Amino acid sequence: MAKAAQRAVASAAGNTAKRVGPLDGRAKRTAMVSVEPAPPATRISLRAGKDAVPALSKALGLALPDRPKTSASKGSRTALWLGPDEWLVIDQAGHDMLADCAKVKALHSAVDISHRNIGIVVSGAAAADTINAGCPQDLSLAAFPVGASTRTVFGKIEIVLLRTAEETFRVECWRSFSCYAFTFLAEAARDAAA
Amino acid sequence: MAGTYRIAGKGRLTPARTARFSFDDQSFTGIEGDTLASALLANGVHLVGRSFKYHRPRGILSAGAEEPNALVSIERDAARKTPNVRATVQELYDGLTAKSQNRWPSLSFDVGALNDLASPMFSAGFYYKTFMWPKAAWKSFYEPNIRAAAGLGVAPDQPDPDHYASRFAHCEVLVLGGGAAGLAAALAAAESGVRVIICDEQAEFGGALRFETGTKIDGQEGWAWAQATAARLAAMDNVRVLPRTTAFGYYAQNFVGLVERVTEHLANPGQDLPRERLWQVRAKRVILATGAIERHMVFADNDRPGVMLASAARTYLNHYGVTVGKNVGVYTANDSAYAAAIDLKKAGVEVAAIVDLRDNPTGPVVDEARALGIEINHGRAVVKARGKLRVSSMVVQPKNGGAERTIPVDAILMSSGWTPSVHLFSQSRGKVAFDDATKRFLPGKYAQDCVSVGASNGTDTLEASIAEALSAGEKAAKDAGAKAAKAVKLNAETSEGWTGGMLGAGPGAGADTTVKAFVDFQNDVTAKDIRLAVREGMRSIEHVKRFTTNGMATDQGKTSNMHGLAIAAETLGKEIPEVGLTTFRAPYTPVTFGSIVNHARGPLFDPTRKTPTHPWAEAHGAVFEDVGQWKRAWYFPKAGEDMHAAVNRECATVRDTAGLFDASTLGKIEVVGPDAAKFMELLYTNPWEKLEPGRCRYGIMLREDGFIYDDGVVGRLAADRFHVTTTTGGAARVMNHMEDYLQTEFPELKVWLTSISEQWAVIAVQGPNSRKIIEPLLEGIDISDAAMPHMSVREGKICGVPTRLFRMSFTGDRGFEVNVPADYGQAVWEALWAEGQKHGACAYGTEAMHVLRAEKGYIIVGQDTDGTVTTNDAGLDWAVGKKKADFVGIRGMTRPDLVAKGRKQLVGLKTRDPKVVLEEGAQVVADPNQPVPVKMIGHVTSSYWSENCGRSIAFGLVAGGRDLMGTTLYVPMPDSVIEVEVTNMVFFDEKGERLNG
Amino acid sequence: MLLIRCPYCEEERPELEFRNAGEAHIARSTDIASQSDEDFEKFFFIRSNPKGLIYERWRHIHGCGRFFNAARDTVSDKFVLTYKAGEPKPDISRAANDSGPAAWANRPPDQLNVKKPAARRAPSKKGKA
Repeated sequence: MAKAAQRAVASAAGNTAKRVGPLDGRAKRTAMVSVEPAPPATRISLRAGKDAVPALSKALGLALPDRPKTSASKGSRTALWLGPDEWLVIDQAGHDMLADCAKVKALHSAVDISHRNIGIVVSGAAAADTINAGCPQDLSLAAFPVGASTRTVFGKIEIVLLRTAEETFRVECWRSFSCYAFTFLAEAARDAAA
Repeated sequence: MAGTYRIAGKGRLTPARTARFSFDDQSFTGIEGDTLASALLANGVHLVGRSFKYHRPRGILSAGAEEPNALVSIERDAARKTPNVRATVQELYDGLTAKSQNRWPSLSFDVGALNDLASPMFSAGFYYKTFMWPKAAWKSFYEPNIRAAAGLGVAPDQPDPDHYASRFAHCEVLVLGGGAAGLAAALAAAESGVRVIICDEQAEFGGALRFETGTKIDGQEGWAWAQATAARLAAMDNVRVLPRTTAFGYYAQNFVGLVERVTEHLANPGQDLPRERLWQVRAKRVILATGAIERHMVFADNDRPGVMLASAARTYLNHYGVTVGKNVGVYTANDSAYAAAIDLKKAGVEVAAIVDLRDNPTGPVVDEARALGIEINHGRAVVKARGKLRVSSMVVQPKNGGAERTIPVDAILMSSGWTPSVHLFSQSRGKVAFDDATKRFLPGKYAQDCVSVGASNGTDTLEASIAEALSAGEKAAKDAGAKAAKAVKLNAETSEGWTGGMLGAGPGAGADTTVKAFVDFQNDVTAKDIRLAVREGMRSIEHVKRFTTNGMATDQGKTSNMHGLAIAAETLGKEIPEVGLTTFRAPYTPVTFGSIVNHARGPLFDPTRKTPTHPWAEAHGAVFEDVGQWKRAWYFPKAGEDMHAAVNRECATVRDTAGLFDASTLGKIEVVGPDAAKFMELLYTNPWEKLEPGRCRYGIMLREDGFIYDDGVVGRLAADRFHVTTTTGGAARVMNHMEDYLQTEFPELKVWLTSISEQWAVIAVQGPNSRKIIEPLLEGIDISDAAMPHMSVREGKICGVPTRLFRMSFTGDRGFEVNVPADYGQAVWEALWAEGQKHGACAYGTEAMHVLRAEKGYIIVGQDTDGTVTTNDAGLDWAVGKKKADFVGIRGMTRPDLVAKGRKQLVGLKTRDPKVVLEEGAQVVADPNQPVPVKMIGHVTSSYWSENCGRSIAFGLVAGGRDLMGTTLYVPMPDSVIEVEVTNMVFFDEKGERLNG
Repeated sequence: MLLIRCPYCEEERPELEFRNAGEAHIARSTDIASQSDEDFEKFFFIRSNPKGLIYERWRHIHGCGRFFNAARDTVSDKFVLTYKAGEPKPDISRAANDSGPAAWANRPPDQLNVKKPAARRAPSKKGKA
């Protein structure tokens, strides 16, 4: 939402709200792994039946994945399959995806959750080990290849996990759980690097 | 030489690398690679502990995890004191400090040893029978004193300063045990390329190769092969090698718990290293290579320090270069003790005699012992060990009776054979089967995808074990999906082949004796105790176990269970399989709470949820209260204010001018789709179809049973879009409840639900000046009364960012709730605060919010309701759509009991004395003078001091309450009876004029 | 920790991601408001609570979010079969249940000794199916 936010700033003549994220300024880096908050992004929770998928894919400019535990990316956008009629779509350039979806007549629900979720990027050779401190998923490349995504658990919270590269994951969680998620990941990073 | 019992040239340690340590404040020197046990033995120390019940002096029995006696406390500093550490497992590090346990004033003179003299009193079942009277004394007197006298080490009294880690791991093949069989299996599996994890509880892999001599695998000496193989496995990308790691629990679907001791062996562990790491491993196939454990002989005073397992003495000699004595005796019914005698004799240690219970032992080891000139007494038994703090001699007698002969010794090595370690197999729910030929329980019917190999499978020779392990490893990898397997071949040879063994008590510890021939060392259970249990009527081994506590100590009877079983079977006149085996349970060895809790301590114990405006509230001195996982601002005290004063001021200020309140924690759900209204009709009691877009309604949700489940204000943003709010505590369960009905009862509805609780920060601006505060910051929303009446919702911008602005009130005054995207919450709050300052507004917390809503008679679901309150009970029937044909709870609410007369109803309660504030939860009675038991007709649900009303106010759930308006009821308290008048629930602005005031 | 096969995610997932939701195949009446007390009691309060095979509802709450149904053995804790909400109750004979893989085994459903019934064309929409 960085750009959208900037536009908002421009429109309200100096009387605009400043954006404050819960993980601003936090980072954990070891020789084996780094844990950092992801920059702000726009996100929608997209719900639709099979019949609406082609139109929505066209409007969003990327093919919504239809297989469990997969995602699709194009440009700044990534669509994560979360359930048979549910996608989390993230636009890291902050484009307004609600407007894109509004053009689609086919039955669907698009809800803005840009601020509901916080992204945390875990990268490095020990990234999978770090996440496996609290996540019971098999994160081998065979079971969880690049592009794999799923909702799952991490310690005592729910997360959405996306593998963006062999050694890079994006962890998404709800805003108020981000402090817990980050603190846990940072502690796990310390152990995974040990 | 570190220790006088160290034999030059023996063992695998490097003598130059010494490590200093202390035991009971006495300084000693050991060698790196020692265990505490081997280092103590090297210094001639056998006495290391006192027993649990009788406080008998105890030494070191074993050289491994099965140790029942040598439990010590390891003390790094004041906070790092670990009790009950097995000295046989604790690796030595420079500066290690160990203390003995369960003795006072000292290890060699322990007052508690009086228990030993008085032991005829303390036979099995003694506690059960003796301390039953007077009953009350058990808790206050008997139990505390028994606990103080009988015991293990003392837990540290400071918080644990170390941290612990956890890891979920997945593999195709998990190998439990890193002896020859485990290593071979892991190698075979690993060569196929699948993921392999192999763990062993020891610091080094090799298992029994640690003490065996003359083994050759793949052309290498056995131990050297083991080290090379472990290194080879560790170098493979697909293998994880975990030494110092105990598999403690085998759970469903090949889920195995491992605990890795990361720093217990280090003198100066780094800051970043966790002390222990819990591994939760999911394996497609498990290979159990858990080995076997040697059993002791059961004879009188077989617990004296210096009496130990033959394999342990052999381990101390061959691995650590330590002899356990200068003149040792051997008592056995098995060949393996001969090997120990032979090794010691060859190392120059006197072997006084081998006493073999068997009549005519034969075989290579017997011949070799004889050739070395060791005296062999077959058909004889050791009937007693003499010596107290250290064994001094053994009394030998022909096994069928006859003249006794006393042989001076300073150690007795014993073996009655080997018990396959089927613990983990049994935990996997596999069924063990008794092999009558070898008198041992072996893996029988498997319950999971696992296989046992080597000694734990009853495979006795090294050659056979390795062959079995290789094929098991290869098959496991294949079954788990390996594509191509490169067959691994290993030649193995050994000079040893053992036979023999016995179960139960030896001669001299027979049925008519009263001697202490220990079966279970750790719990002080003797052969006599087990016989007594049978005499007392215990028939099942499970009952014998509980009556005697045999096998119930922290070692879980690794050395004792089979003996106990055999004695019980003999006494019962039954075969062993008929008596059965007790169940093996996790953990295999004790596991620390630290490793189980691992990361979940301090800030990670439970998530602490904070709202977007939390930093502002913190900076402005808010006192927070916990609401579930949330931190909510409770009140904002100014200098010199207590809670009462702050809340009074906040309540008054809101009604005088305005107040800002953080309502972000409310649950929020966006309901979207053409059937959204239809869905809302089914989930809430209220009608929704006719609610205009842009308007709000207070909704009530029931469960199917007809009771109130949740409530909240719902705004209709568009024909097909609702913004639903729930209670803070109900957010998650309401979402689940809605999804449940949508997915499984009303799947035909075209509607979707999305949680938006955390998308929006919610700032309530309440009070007569609320409009003036918000107005200057808005863009595109007309909030005049005409354009935006009470209970409406608009979308637009505030402070340049999107908002969903609700006009609604939980105070009864004019009010708004400003929803903004969460990251803007803090900034918008600050802007509103700045505007508010111009009008003298305050920030108010949850306490003032509660008071203000109570003044207006608004309920809080979960406080004024408890899951058994109907809409009628709560006086909310107006919110139930009378014309509706269906909604969740429509049938439940007409159940006979829910419409019966005399149900508890929510009413207002005013104390006669306006200054008296009732206690929430206090009971309400009609007649305070009635005889006990007093009939309670209700209770207080909410109660506050209301500064705005100038008196206390309260709600109560009172039977038939609405028919009691104006009557006097009573609230009995410990020191007085409070008179209350039943009233309606609105205490302030009864006409509701202030909503537009 | 069990592994439970989610019929929507089409793989076994850790138990931590799931939540039990009570007995399955108990239909909520389309005319519940006029149900007799006895019928409502049967619908709302009475559960079979068997020793052995039970049909129950689960939700992959921390996964795909879907409710689905499972046949589970309450003695061995073994999941015999999971299937999508709306699909008919599968007929699992006693024998099939007994001769399936050993308790706690982790074999994929295609190796189970049970036949999954073909879903009817229009899944029954009524009832906590």
